Amino acid sequence: MIRVELVKLARRPRSWVSIALLCGLPVLVAVFVAVTHIAPAPGQGPTLLSAVLSNGSLFPAAALAIVLPIFLPVAVAVVAGDAVAGEASSGMLRYLLARPVRRTRLLAAKLIALIVYVLLAVVTVAVTSYLTGRLLFGNRPVALTQSGGITASNVATSLSGTAMTPAEVLIRTLGAVAFIAVSMLGVGAIALFLSTITDSSLGAALGALAALVTSEVLVALNAAAAVSPYLPTRYWLAWVDFFRQPILWRNIDRGFAVQGVYVLVFLAAAWANFASKDITS
Amino acid sequence: MIVTSALTKRFGRILAVDGVDLDVREGDRYGFLGPNGSGKTTVVRMLLGLVYATSGKIEVLGQPVPGRIAHVLPEIGSLIEAPSAYGHLSGRANLTLIDAAGSAAGGRRGRRQRIDAVLDRVGLGGIDNRAVKKYSLGMRQRLGLAAALLRSPRLLILDEPTNGLDPQGIREVRELLAELNSAGTTVLLSSHQLAEVEQLCTRVGVINRGRLVLQDDLAELRRPTGRVVLRTPDADRAAALLDGRVAGREQDRLIVADAEPAAVNSQLVAAGLRVSEVSAERRSLEDLVLSLTGSGSDRVDGQRPSR
Repeated sequence: MIRVELVKLARRPRSWVSIALLCGLPVLVAVFVAVTHIAPAPGQGPTLLSAVLSNGSLFPAAALAIVLPIFLPVAVAVVAGDAVAGEASSGMLRYLLARPVRRTRLLAAKLIALIVYVLLAVVTVAVTSYLTGRLLFGNRPVALTQSGGITASNVATSLSGTAMTPAEVLIRTLGAVAFIAVSMLGVGAIALFLSTITDSSLGAALGALAALVTSEVLVALNAAAAVSPYLPTRYWLAWVDFFRQPILWRNIDRGFAVQGVYVLVFLAAAWANFASKDITS
Repeated sequence: MIVTSALTKRFGRILAVDGVDLDVREGDRYGFLGPNGSGKTTVVRMLLGLVYATSGKIEVLGQPVPGRIAHVLPEIGSLIEAPSAYGHLSGRANLTLIDAAGSAAGGRRGRRQRIDAVLDRVGLGGIDNRAVKKYSLGMRQRLGLAAALLRSPRLLILDEPTNGLDPQGIREVRELLAELNSAGTTVLLSSHQLAEVEQLCTRVGVINRGRLVLQDDLAELRRPTGRVVLRTPDADRAAALLDGRVAGREQDRLIVADAEPAAVNSQLVAAGLRVSEVSAERRSLEDLVLSLTGSGSDRVDGQRPSR
């Protein structure tokens, strides 16, 4: 069944179009920055982008920062929201279950296809933006500051902080990719759960996005500080800490933990609902 | 093959299926009839473990459902309501996915032959690679049928399999089903095309408002009523001759209370009357079903809700 789901994912034009769009946006940004050489001042604009001008190998991290707030969660929510609801609305759900595919198995296969999609999306963005970065910005050594800010070291300006070897940049980028993939899986789990509730893929995807927007609003709200550590988007940006020296594990660990709980809870809810549901679509 | 007892399903406040005792025997061609919204599809879905019964028991192929549904379903081919497919893929690609799915998946070896065989069976042998969304309704129906036949099932559960087919296609499907049945496949055909059922089925069950109101052999239901229908140009004289036995008359058509068409015929001919048609009266399935069911739930009569 897993193979069948992967084939379905691969043969769906939408999967590739969404990944192409995800890769396209950072390229667009890179072209603008490279042509004009106007980078956002440090601390403004997309995280890390200001450091990119002098070192292209940091661009994957900047690219992930560009797609993370909206593009990536939208793509993931659409794919996950379609997982069960899409089968229901196309009428294939009943035929799959009557084949028979056990419900738990179907859900597991959908989840695995979703994980593959998320990893594929995040890794493809990282790889294409790495190539773009090397091509457009060159590759000078990178320096990290103790304070957590990142400055590009070139001969003229920065000498503060420790220089990063390319291997270090790679490892840190992989860490960031893993963290973002897990965060996206949290979104996916919410959308997958909603997908078992409704027969409308659009409804499930929008529901998951609504949850994220709510979370973002509450994270920004001081009055909601009490609940903020438990919100799904609270630690989304913690992957930036992979690029600090030394790596600040506190928020990264918490981010992994929070997303892990969201994934587990919503998958369990999805399973409980789907396994006991009357299929009337 | 299929036995249900007191099968009941409640959706919220609506009682969709109410104490149905279905009995489909091995080798039957069972016609499952009922108006729209009478609970046919819900029963079919419960048989396939898609919808869970509120109460009552189901046994399919001798095994309890949904308890051992995973052992039962591999022996069943089904077409539920409308055929479905992934519209952006070709018919062959759809069958490949279906064949590869599930715990009883066919192996990769022989998949191509299996798919070619079922496509030939349903008359799609020469199908090209165009996407299913470009298929006509009849072609989709054939594709759905092909998917149901993929595993050479012992039991076929088909909901409106001739929907969207032209008369030629309907006949082909009927012949295919009869052929499969004579090779040992039990067929449960749910339909509201009564003529279709009349021509194919050996046994019928009629459901109305969630209750099974009739279940019997078709031959039994259609046995002669003990009256004779005849048509004669000399209707007046025939009516006079058969006086006392004429149960009804419409112009040149007489209904005679007599079980023997031959005897009535020879009596009329002996009296020098011409007879253009004579036969034993049989109830049509249509009359029978309509007398039992009334209109379906898609018709909403009665008092307009007050505002």
